[in-house]
Amino acid sequence: MLKTAILAAIAAMGLAGTAIAEAETHITDYDFSYEGPFGAFDQMQLQRGLQVYTEVCAACHGLKYVSYRNLADEGGPGLPEDQVRAYAAQFETFDEELDDFRPATPADKFPESALPEAPDLSLMAKSRAGFHGPYGSGLNQLFKGMGGPEYVASLLTGYEEAPACAPEDFAGYYNVAFASGGFPESCIDDEGHHEVPGSWIAMPPPLLGDDVTYEDGHEASVVEEAKDVTAFMMWTAEPKMMARKQAGFTGVLFLGLLAVLLYFTNKRIWHRAKYGPRDK
Amino acid sequence: MSGIPHDHYEPKTGGERWLNNRLPVLGLLYDTLMIPTPKNLNWMWIWGIVLTFTLALQIVTGIVLVMHYTPHVDMAFSSVEKIMRDVNGGFMLRYLHANGASLFFVAVYAHIFRSLYYGNYKSPREVTWIIGILMYLLMMGTAFMGYVLPWGQMSFHGTAVITGLFGAIPFVGEAIQTWLLGASAVGQPALNRFFSLHYLMPFILAGLTVVHIWAFHSTGNNNPTGVEVRRTSKEEAKRDTLPFWPYFVMKDLFALAIVLMIFFAIVGFMPNYLGHPDNYIEANPLATPAHIVPEWYFLPFYAILRAFTADVWVVMFAEWITFGIVDAKFFGVLAMFGAIAVIALAPWLDTSSVRSGRYRPMFKWWFALLVVDFFVLMWGGAMPAEGIYPYISLIGAAYWFGYFLVILPLLGVIEKPLPMPATIEDDFNAHYDPKTGGTHTVVKPAE
Repeated sequence: MLKTAILAAIAAMGLAGTAIAEAETHITDYDFSYEGPFGAFDQMQLQRGLQVYTEVCAACHGLKYVSYRNLADEGGPGLPEDQVRAYAAQFETFDEELDDFRPATPADKFPESALPEAPDLSLMAKSRAGFHGPYGSGLNQLFKGMGGPEYVASLLTGYEEAPACAPEDFAGYYNVAFASGGFPESCIDDEGHHEVPGSWIAMPPPLLGDDVTYEDGHEASVVEEAKDVTAFMMWTAEPKMMARKQAGFTGVLFLGLLAVLLYFTNKRIWHRAKYGPRDK
Repeated sequence: MSGIPHDHYEPKTGGERWLNNRLPVLGLLYDTLMIPTPKNLNWMWIWGIVLTFTLALQIVTGIVLVMHYTPHVDMAFSSVEKIMRDVNGGFMLRYLHANGASLFFVAVYAHIFRSLYYGNYKSPREVTWIIGILMYLLMMGTAFMGYVLPWGQMSFHGTAVITGLFGAIPFVGEAIQTWLLGASAVGQPALNRFFSLHYLMPFILAGLTVVHIWAFHSTGNNNPTGVEVRRTSKEEAKRDTLPFWPYFVMKDLFALAIVLMIFFAIVGFMPNYLGHPDNYIEANPLATPAHIVPEWYFLPFYAILRAFTADVWVVMFAEWITFGIVDAKFFGVLAMFGAIAVIALAPWLDTSSVRSGRYRPMFKWWFALLVVDFFVLMWGGAMPAEGIYPYISLIGAAYWFGYFLVILPLLGVIEKPLPMPATIEDDFNAHYDPKTGGTHTVVKPAE
């Protein structure tokens, strides 16, 4: 009842027999270490994700809300300070006081997107929902989470051979997880339904497998790289997640304790009013 | 504090007497805190405390958030991100504040439906009721304006849609919309004034809270039986009531702790569940989100707004009879505000002399259907306005109006109420009989 229904729920509108112009998408429910009330970021995974971001994504996409110093934060990638300094120094930043570019320091922010059409990735994992419905009830998101990271990872792994119904020269790249891209008329049936999931995205497939060499020897398949960079993007979107869960846990625990105490206090206060004086 | 006879404040020390002779604030506090309260109040009477607490929570977190927020179209979004990333505890402040709005509405809907079931709105509590509805309207205005401040995609386009509603008013609509926005479109002037009003209105709400409490302290609380407290003597009144402190304070605090536990779990573990992902994208006037959906607490009324499309006969009739002045869009706006207006008019639409739904065998079912209808409308408002959904919303809207305008007036005439307990004491003792040594008796009226 609470959530908007965008994609999956709209697919269910076939019930109504109306023409729907939007696509169904394939979102894989990947498992991440930070899921659930007690889940925590995997520091090694965040560092691998940072590597994928730096060597692949950063060519086009920025992270304008994240500072280099955040890489040293507790509950994040946790790089040592000297590494953060060295990492930042690879980039140049525009200094208004100098009126010139200079090497970045940990206090600076990551650059903005290099390409104007490439969205900033700082909040990507929170600004998309992978799960919807069923029937606009929001229950999937209640049980599985919003699905932002699952959406991002599914998109990165969602590139497939364009279906036969599409013209050879149709602009973009076919992706089964992407909903809001171009879609050829020739793949829409008479009732207005999309014959194939997803749509055509402007971004070429960024991950092909073995795009990076992980120092920890982790497998660099497309799926693993996608999961790593997605975990990193979840951290850039919600850098205080660990602190938040900690606060939530503490809050629930102490309020629970308070509730128990108040329950017995209340029971005792009301006893006389309800049942008269206690027999001694 | 007139109404129920009770012991008044007697200053005990010289200092108390000195202060109370000059400003009877101690007497006021005492009378407010010790107010005789029907002892049979059930757990649906806890929401007032939850609401008061939430208002305080929102004001406190809000004041601190304002210290870090910048109401500028180019900086609002990044200042919110700064709060989330760089302000100490800022992420908790913001998540408490954002989810606090949801807690507020959960509590207010429970509070309103409680009052609708037990007939709290009926004489002599109409003024409490009207003030309550005004507070609800203020809450909605405040929540809407607050949602605009982060300047995300849903903030921006939601503002365009909602202020567009005023644009639907015939002749003067466009002028009103421009006046509200301070410009012809959503932009810096709108953000500035919404920020200003979002800060102001909670304090008006706090003032009205005092008036609301004053009003029902004057009439005395209603209770699940709808039977009034006996007022002929202090002794009789005492058998029907218990002082607010400590009995109800403790009970309410216990309930508040449970509610806050759930609230903290949501804030800590799923703080974005009730929000919309699109609002984490900075506002972009050139890119409209696929579906513009208000926050969940507006959905039932949003559904009513969209239910009345141009092909509904009532709408066609209205358009014909007004020579086209009332078109489908304006009709929807009228229906949406009308849906709240009929709640406000409930004291005069309900003709039954029996207050509590407990003793109204037919009302009970119609009321249950109204609650279901509320959730159906909420769901209808979340669905896209295509296919079968507008029809479902239309049926829901029709029942909403039907309940208040037809069923409530008729039921009072045709319904035969069940026998009621003579006094609150009887009702209370039926639940907790001292003679049976504290075991619950089975004569529990159906609820």
